[in-house]
Amino acid sequence: MTSELDIFVGNTTLIDEDVYRLWLDGYSVGDAVALRVRSGILEQTGATAAVLQSDTMDHYRTFHMLERLLHAPPKLLHQLIYQIPPSRQALLIERYYAFDEAFVREVLGKKLSKGTKKDLDDISTKTGITLKSCRRQFDNFKRVFKVVEEMRGSLVDNVQQHFLLSDRLARDYAAIVFFANNRFETGKKKLQYLSFGDFAFCAELMIQNWTLGAVDSQVDDMDMDLDKEFLQDLKELKVLVADKDLLDLHKSLVCTALRGKLGVFSEMEANFKNLSRGLVNVATKLTHNKDVRDLFVDLVEKESSQSCEAPSCCAPSVTPDGCLHRMADEQSRFAPKIRTHEPRPPKPSRRNFNHSATGPAPYFFHSGFIEV
Amino acid sequence: MPGKLKVKIVAGRHLPVMDRASDLTDAFVEVKFGNTTFKTDVYPKSLNPQWNSEWFKFEVDDEDLQDEPLQITVLDHDTYSANDAIGKVYIDIDPLLYSEAATVISGWFPIYDTIHGIRGEINVVVKVDLFNDLNRFRQSSCGVKFFCTTSIPKCYRAVIIHGFVEELVVNEDPEYQWIDRIRTPRASNEARQRLISLMSGELQRKIGLKVLEMRGNAVVGYLQCFDLEGESGLVVRAIGTACTLDKLSSPAAFLPACNSPSKEMKESPLVHPPSHGCRSTHNSPIHTATGSRLTQNFSVSVPTLIYTGMGSGSAGKEGGPFKALLRQQTQSALEQRGGSPHRFCRRREFPFFTLTAFPPGFLVHVGGVVSARSVKLLDRIHNPAFVGIMGNTRSYKLLDWNSFNSDEPETRDAWWAEIRQEIKSHAKALGCHAVVGYSESTSICEEVCILSASGTAAVLNPRFLQDGTVEGCLEQRLEENLPAGCGFCHIPYDELNMPFPAHLTYCYNCRKQKVPDVLFTTIDLPTDATVIGKGCLIQARLCRLKKKAQAEANATAISNLLPFMEYEVHTQLMNKLKLKGMNALFGLRIQITVGENMLMGLASATGVYLAALPTPGGIQIAGKTPNDGSYEQHISHMQKKINDTIAKNKELYEINPPEISEEIIGSPIPEPRQRSRLLRSQSESSDEVTELDLSHGKKDAFVLEIDDTDAMEDVHSLLTDVPPPSGFYSCNTEIMPGINNWTSEIQMFTSVRVIRLSSLNLTNHALNKNFNDLCENLLKSLYFKLRSMIPCCLCHVNFTVSLPEDELIQVTVTAVAITFDKNQALQTTKAHVEKSLQRASTDNEELLQFPLELCSDSLPSHPFPPAKEHLESASSNSGIPAAQRATSVDYSSFADRCSSWIELIKLKAQTIRRGSIKTTVTVEKTSPMGEGNFRNRSAAPCANSTVGVVKMTPLSFIPGAKITKYLGIINMFFIRETTSLREEGGVSGFLHAFIAEVFAMVRAHVAALGGNAVVSYIMKQCVFMENPNKNQAQCLINVSGDAVVFARESELEVVSTQQPAANCQPACTGGEVTT
Repeated sequence: MTSELDIFVGNTTLIDEDVYRLWLDGYSVGDAVALRVRSGILEQTGATAAVLQSDTMDHYRTFHMLERLLHAPPKLLHQLIYQIPPSRQALLIERYYAFDEAFVREVLGKKLSKGTKKDLDDISTKTGITLKSCRRQFDNFKRVFKVVEEMRGSLVDNVQQHFLLSDRLARDYAAIVFFANNRFETGKKKLQYLSFGDFAFCAELMIQNWTLGAVDSQVDDMDMDLDKEFLQDLKELKVLVADKDLLDLHKSLVCTALRGKLGVFSEMEANFKNLSRGLVNVATKLTHNKDVRDLFVDLVEKESSQSCEAPSCCAPSVTPDGCLHRMADEQSRFAPKIRTHEPRPPKPSRRNFNHSATGPAPYFFHSGFIEV
Repeated sequence: MPGKLKVKIVAGRHLPVMDRASDLTDAFVEVKFGNTTFKTDVYPKSLNPQWNSEWFKFEVDDEDLQDEPLQITVLDHDTYSANDAIGKVYIDIDPLLYSEAATVISGWFPIYDTIHGIRGEINVVVKVDLFNDLNRFRQSSCGVKFFCTTSIPKCYRAVIIHGFVEELVVNEDPEYQWIDRIRTPRASNEARQRLISLMSGELQRKIGLKVLEMRGNAVVGYLQCFDLEGESGLVVRAIGTACTLDKLSSPAAFLPACNSPSKEMKESPLVHPPSHGCRSTHNSPIHTATGSRLTQNFSVSVPTLIYTGMGSGSAGKEGGPFKALLRQQTQSALEQRGGSPHRFCRRREFPFFTLTAFPPGFLVHVGGVVSARSVKLLDRIHNPAFVGIMGNTRSYKLLDWNSFNSDEPETRDAWWAEIRQEIKSHAKALGCHAVVGYSESTSICEEVCILSASGTAAVLNPRFLQDGTVEGCLEQRLEENLPAGCGFCHIPYDELNMPFPAHLTYCYNCRKQKVPDVLFTTIDLPTDATVIGKGCLIQARLCRLKKKAQAEANATAISNLLPFMEYEVHTQLMNKLKLKGMNALFGLRIQITVGENMLMGLASATGVYLAALPTPGGIQIAGKTPNDGSYEQHISHMQKKINDTIAKNKELYEINPPEISEEIIGSPIPEPRQRSRLLRSQSESSDEVTELDLSHGKKDAFVLEIDDTDAMEDVHSLLTDVPPPSGFYSCNTEIMPGINNWTSEIQMFTSVRVIRLSSLNLTNHALNKNFNDLCENLLKSLYFKLRSMIPCCLCHVNFTVSLPEDELIQVTVTAVAITFDKNQALQTTKAHVEKSLQRASTDNEELLQFPLELCSDSLPSHPFPPAKEHLESASSNSGIPAAQRATSVDYSSFADRCSSWIELIKLKAQTIRRGSIKTTVTVEKTSPMGEGNFRNRSAAPCANSTVGVVKMTPLSFIPGAKITKYLGIINMFFIRETTSLREEGGVSGFLHAFIAEVFAMVRAHVAALGGNAVVSYIMKQCVFMENPNKNQAQCLINVSGDAVVFARESELEVVSTQQPAANCQPACTGGEVTT
């Protein structure tokens, strides 16, 4: 006796969250059944393994059929075939677009092309995430990228509107898209200690301050492409190192802003000149695409070279947090500095740093600094 | 020219990409009705076209309006090659043809293609203007309402229940036409869909005519089925119960719905039955308030029924069903096309009722289940087309169905007439003049067809069949006759001339009348029945191998097997019932399916313990060889096991009947062993009669003789039936006896399983085991899947077995899971009453309290006791009030009765309070809220994007909600095929997607009618065929149900002042038009 066909269709589509998770994680039906058995569900419900198998198959089939709709979440809302309560729809979408930290670190800043997709096997073995799940996550990135690229308006809003994601997840996707578009190198060993959250934080600041959208221009890709003019202007920052007066003025401004907000304040104050020089050097080089891509590598390298000269100051800054503070610091510092030199009127959107306050706690000082 | 159909194509969305180059589609729409076709403009390069067409107007006969579906085809325009069809939508416009249902169909319909399934949606608006037609000889029957619900629909009251209506139409199956050899399967399937749609329309119209002839205005319990007879054609047949229904004005609240009763009263006598119900004659009695007025309108012809017990001795003369069956079989083999018997005047010929639940007082006594089966050979048509292409033109002529089918319906009619006659005579033998819970079914395999009919013999209250208006009088009569809760159990037959051996005792409830020891019925548990404990689903499953044979030999083999199967199924049922410690079966449905090399029997029913019947005896096991010591031991061990199981079941289902000392009853129940002996002697002495007696006392039901291993296995299988996990209950009736505090969460589902038998071990025994496992596992799976709903009950569990191929068994289950609240039973009663009282006082004080007071005043004169409950049901008319004891009683019908009576009082009150009501109505008319509640989907098709929830349930009600309006019948037929089975996820993926699509299409149609639920939903057919080698599969599905509007009870409380006004709106506007 073999079961040829075995289906269950409800008027309201049944969604089992646990099975959905297993499916998203890329387990085969067999593995999923084994995992469910291990979870002790049989004992709880008095069911048999055959029942579990049939149930799992059924859910997998449902998810498989829903997947097509999940590729364009608004479709899931408007379709008539599966009657799913709104809260469940939201759950389906949110979980489908959720990604693994380990995976995203691997592909962050890489071109979302077929070539990268071929490397997914390696990523899968490296991270221990199933290939299936890797593919889904990769395809999600790519899909979001394809949809929102060349689109007008805020990147986060676009993602949210077309994929109906939560605010948090939409921001993450904006960061991923931004990194993929600018191809920032994040895979170097030196950068391994940085988490996706760190990069996402940077991405957010850069979108707010460095892109075309930041200067309020309503063009395609406004939040994705860096403002070339702005990068060009960064060259003028050289005066901050060359001109002693400006260096002092800069130092006093920064120190006033950061006093009491930075754990390593005294070291920073002591080493200000070196730090500033490193940053300015990175900044002035950003006119070349190659250097833009290596932005994060360069920033971290500068920090490390500093650390040799002034070990006392570097001890804290080698930790991801400290370093990131500094980096974030750098980027945002460019903005006000430019403003002092530039003939252009200040752009309100660049000042809008309130978002970073919603980020993880360690970064709070930063927003305080900017608002000065 | 009595009708104008208007159609507007608004927009499309989510269309598929038809042009690969541009990734877009140039869509346009063809709208076809009858022979007229209109086209929209091409909307270029869009997947979301906005056609916004003009109104396409079709001027048609109302006959066509009833028969024809509206066909909407979406196509992709192609400059160079033929236009590609994207898909189709068939819209049944029948719901627009009667006055109180929908007035407009408007909404998003899934565009369906037989190969690709759903491909986007289209927004359509459909309206109908009907003109008055006073032609006496017209062929249309617009205005007759159809309900799938097998009880009087919730917001109606039965004035008269006329009786049985049936009809069938025959046509050639397009799949077997010569042209099918040259056209694509897709074209053939589309032709099939179209044809069946047409045939159902025609059938419905014909039935409607019969109803009008009987002076009814509705068909309740309408059951339409298809027989795919293959080469011999396609039969669409339907049965139903003709009724005259009277709309209960605003059952949900207290305000009278009609603001002008005087007008209605004035006009209703003018209404002529032939024209009533048509849109244009709006002031038909449907909206009137008092029942007594109605009697004057209808000259009622009394059904020719025998009221009292049958003449003595007639029982013995009736042959057993199987004898008759054999006779018929042999006849049919000869009869084939020949003598088509004359049709008798059909009216009142068969006192059958397809209803399974009845107005209180309708059912007087229940005799037992009557059933008849007959094996027929389908005629093979000699088709010259098969000879060669040369024959094409000739064969086409031959196959022109008008000519060659001319005698077909007659033949089929005669077949069914035979069976019905048999059922009637069985009922007579049981001393009953009517059959209730009647249904018919077929099972076809190749050219052999088993026709089955079954029902419950009953004695009905004749008053209802003439006029149900003299209610007070009726109730008094009833009171004299039957004590509440046990009357229907009393035997209708003469004690001395029992049609079969049965053990009778005095009723445990009233101690006056005799009752049988077990009662089998096909109906739902009557609302006033006193039940102890809870019920449970009981199934008997059986397989029998059969040799492969051709034609007559095959038919003979089948008919030889049938009696044995029926006997065994019955024995199993009886044993299982006893094992559960129960004494009655409701909703019994025995399905016998014929396959190439086997016969399958599946019986499902809901077992309950009726307080009026005696406690069932246990099951005794007896060995044939009592000498063997170890054997004895084994048997005593088994016996102990069985006794334990019975005890456990009693605990599980809370069956603890009050102890009654036996002396009081006067006839002590003999010890099981004793009794069986007693029975056996009886059965031996009686001759043929025993065969009729499948439904009652059976010797084997009490003593199981283990004389071979088979019997041993049977006993084992009895014990292996696993009870559902705790928190779960299941039944195949509408409501679960013993549970009454339903919460509003429902989940309707369909589950299909197909297993392949390994051909090696095909013995009866292995087959039985496989089948048993299949069903048990299916149930277990359901329990597991729905575990999040615990505590819950699977209601209306409907199993269907089919044998699509040699070694395949397909089981389809449709049921609904309803959650219930374990703890609230008692509290809700109080809460309800308090709430209703509160409402009464806050809403509209005097008016509301007036009927309530009167109601409670008059209580003593009513047969049902607790004042609180009465008050509650009268006031809130709640479908499921909590009962005081653990008895499961649905009081809604009490409520119905009360509310119609309350109406009378309301009318009186109205004369005083009319002014205020009128203002309410006028306010409502302008208020957008009222409209919004009612039907606003048409307003902004694109603006409101979220899809409204449509509930589906096989039950006739929605827990925790009131059905405020019936919008019409939904009857849909779909075919889906694939040539890429593997790519679509194999058979499971294919069927899963298809069933989901069918649900979606049903929901979309309901939503377009302005409804939010389907009740009495049933999947009547699910024929699945596959050919994995060719990577192909095909499936046919036929579903039906009633589209309704419901409102949550909690919502009703809030908007109780608005709702009735909204309800009344169409009636009001209609009135304005006509006056």
